Amino acid sequence: MDFRFTDDQLMMAETARKLFAATASSAQLRAMLAKEEARDEARWSTIAETGLTMILLPEMAGGLGLGEVDFALTAEAAGYAWLPEPLVESAGIAAPLLAAINPSHELLSNTARSLAIGPAINPYVADADTAAALLLEHQGATYLRHPGEVKLTRQQSLDPFRRLFKVEWEPSGTPLSRDAALWRDALDRGALFAAAQCTGIAQRAIDIAVEYAKTREQFGKPIGSYQAVKHLLANAQVAVQFAKPVIHAAAASCAQRDLFSRARISHAKIIAAEAADLATRASLQVHGAMGYSWEVDVHFLLKRALALSATWGGPGFHRNRVLTRLREAPAGPEYGFARAGV
Amino acid sequence: MDLNYTKAQQNFRLEARAWLTAHVPAAPLPHFDATREGFEAHRAWERTMHQGGWSVVSWPEEYGGRGLDLIEWLIFEEEYYRVAAPGRVNQNGICLLAPTLMEFGTAEQKARFLPPMASGEEIWAQAWSEPQAGSDLAHIRATVIQDGDQLVLNGHKIWSSRAAFADWGFGLFRTPGSERHKGMSLVFFPLNAPGVTVNPIRKMDGHIGFAELFLENVRVPAFNRLGDDGQGWHICMATAGFERGLLLRSPARYQQAAAKLAAHYHAQGNDADPALGLEVARAWMNAEAYMLTIYAMSSRLLSGGKIGPEASTNKIFWSELDIHLHRTALALLGARAELTSAAAEAARDHDWLDGYIFSLAGPIYAGSNEIQRNIIAERMLGLPR
Ligand SMILES: Cc1cc2nc3c(=O)[nH]c(=O)nc-3n(C[C@H](O)[C@H](O)[C@H](O)COP(=O)(O)OP(=O)(O)OC[C@H]3O[C@@H](n4cnc5c(N)ncnc54)[C@H](O)[C@@H]3O)c2cc1C
Repeated sequence: MDFRFTDDQLMMAETARKLFAATASSAQLRAMLAKEEARDEARWSTIAETGLTMILLPEMAGGLGLGEVDFALTAEAAGYAWLPEPLVESAGIAAPLLAAINPSHELLSNTARSLAIGPAINPYVADADTAAALLLEHQGATYLRHPGEVKLTRQQSLDPFRRLFKVEWEPSGTPLSRDAALWRDALDRGALFAAAQCTGIAQRAIDIAVEYAKTREQFGKPIGSYQAVKHLLANAQVAVQFAKPVIHAAAASCAQRDLFSRARISHAKIIAAEAADLATRASLQVHGAMGYSWEVDVHFLLKRALALSATWGGPGFHRNRVLTRLREAPAGPEYGFARAGV
Repeated sequence: MDLNYTKAQQNFRLEARAWLTAHVPAAPLPHFDATREGFEAHRAWERTMHQGGWSVVSWPEEYGGRGLDLIEWLIFEEEYYRVAAPGRVNQNGICLLAPTLMEFGTAEQKARFLPPMASGEEIWAQAWSEPQAGSDLAHIRATVIQDGDQLVLNGHKIWSSRAAFADWGFGLFRTPGSERHKGMSLVFFPLNAPGVTVNPIRKMDGHIGFAELFLENVRVPAFNRLGDDGQGWHICMATAGFERGLLLRSPARYQQAAAKLAAHYHAQGNDADPALGLEVARAWMNAEAYMLTIYAMSSRLLSGGKIGPEASTNKIFWSELDIHLHRTALALLGARAELTSAAAEAARDHDWLDGYIFSLAGPIYAGSNEIQRNIIAERMLGLPR
């Protein structure tokens, strides 16, 4: 029993954080938005060169063969930076799905290209237009389509960096796979990494509010010296503090694919989304009208949190999975790290 | 990261389980805060545990422990709560004072105080708070004066848990004329020493769970001061770290309660209110999140980390989850929720009401939750004072 990250894991997470801090600053993202660019090609290729897109790919597919714990830390960093590029959906969910079907699929060889994913649970597909291909779920089977082969209709998200599409297509021909279990795995990873992004978002929202509260003065003092302000942010920090270990444990047990690991992933998704909601709203409140303006970053974080909360299963879906676990298996102190069949 | 128990850890769990199953009293003991009889029954249980080598598993062997690490301690706690074993009457000694003693005590002090603490022969009460010094603990007025190789203690302490029946107090005193965090000392005194008056105080539940202490020229050997003269505040804050951090409330307590709550809910079958089902799920998630966070923290401590201000986030989390969990249980009980243990109809369920009343104190003791939020904001987030 050891809850620590390895030095390699910490180093990789640090690499991701530094890369995003250097290439995806608020100013850089805003400039990109002004130019109405879907993707910053330079940043995306740096991301690919750094190996972040290879984390979850098996070595057979030229990947690093690492696990969900490794990728969760990267997803956290991506959330912290409200990264616009589809690193999480492509490298964290779609590519592992394709690799599970065919590790030597040619689409996996070019890491600079992204894959989009359309599970039944999400009505819209993110970044479908810029993807090399879409992996689509129909009755548990996996179909691969190129963007040109389907009808894409942009659906505007509140989050200006999220590029959602309605995908119209026919599930004709032979699917890549009929194994519905693959989509359960995809859903698990989707929920898990959405949760990881949420804690990153929450921490960023707290951090920018702390910085603001130290300098903004009212009544002759920094607003951060007032307890009402302190306690808003302290509560948000408590929520983050108790969401992270759940995410990390959920990542570590993801491969169990059982009642226990799925409930833990759902637990992580629920509380991480709540932490992001709490922290972004606290951050808004601490910034006052400034926080309500487009000029301050709070709204980007708040919008991303709102989007991630509902995608890959909303709170109702995940609460049901927790309830199912509680109904179907015993709970109690000796079941904290339980797995099916043990 | 490897969230599997080692073979040795699994074996240890089974060993603890076997011993506890064979020794845990069949019927619950009378409450330790209610009567002397209940208190002594718990002391006897401490002795039984000590004889089996289970009273202080994480302590070094020379003081009666097994030298186990934090993960093994957590496993032991899981087994302990799993069988609903009696509450630990010497908790403030073994979980709060002992780690402090091990860090700051001399070899002689450890040899003198730890073994009888482990066996329950000496049961400890914490005597820090005063009528004028609660949250603002640095405001205490009780004094200590050195007189040769003796210390003379004077003052008025309050809210000292277990002190109505306990044997020893560990109190916070100051050198006369000293101010705030300076000049403080942590001193041990027998609660039956000449000059100590113990006035029991009834808690909200009617039990005499704490006491007010008047100290009038109480003389103890200078040996009874932990650390150097003036080091008291520093030592107290280390103790408070243990108190808020992880030793006071092990996660198993809440996991056990959440499991019981879920069973209670499921037993209601089709009559169960789905809205309460969501609260039950919430209670379980909270207990799991607390457990995972404590395991993560323990792993960090095992590799040399220290408990920092994040101890304050723990204290807020466990105290709030405890209240939520018990409120949910009372909602499940419906109109029977108000029945006490004295009511025949409440034979099995009054634990929830007792637990709820107990949980209400959580946000107050061990440093109120408002104070914890101040600490998080100032020391974790770096906001100005
Ligand atoms: C069940 C129980 C057991 C206890 N056991 C012990 C024991 O064994 N030994 C011992 O020494 N003490 C014990 N205590 C006392 C406990 O430590 C104090 O109650 C606690 O420190 C709070 O102090 P107070 O009660 O004087 O409240 P006060 O300090 O008067 O606080 C009252 C209210 O004001 C708020 N407040 C105070 N200062 C601030 C501030 N700066 N910012 C924001 N809000 C503030 C508090 O949060 C609280 O809500 C126990 C208390 C309880 C309830």
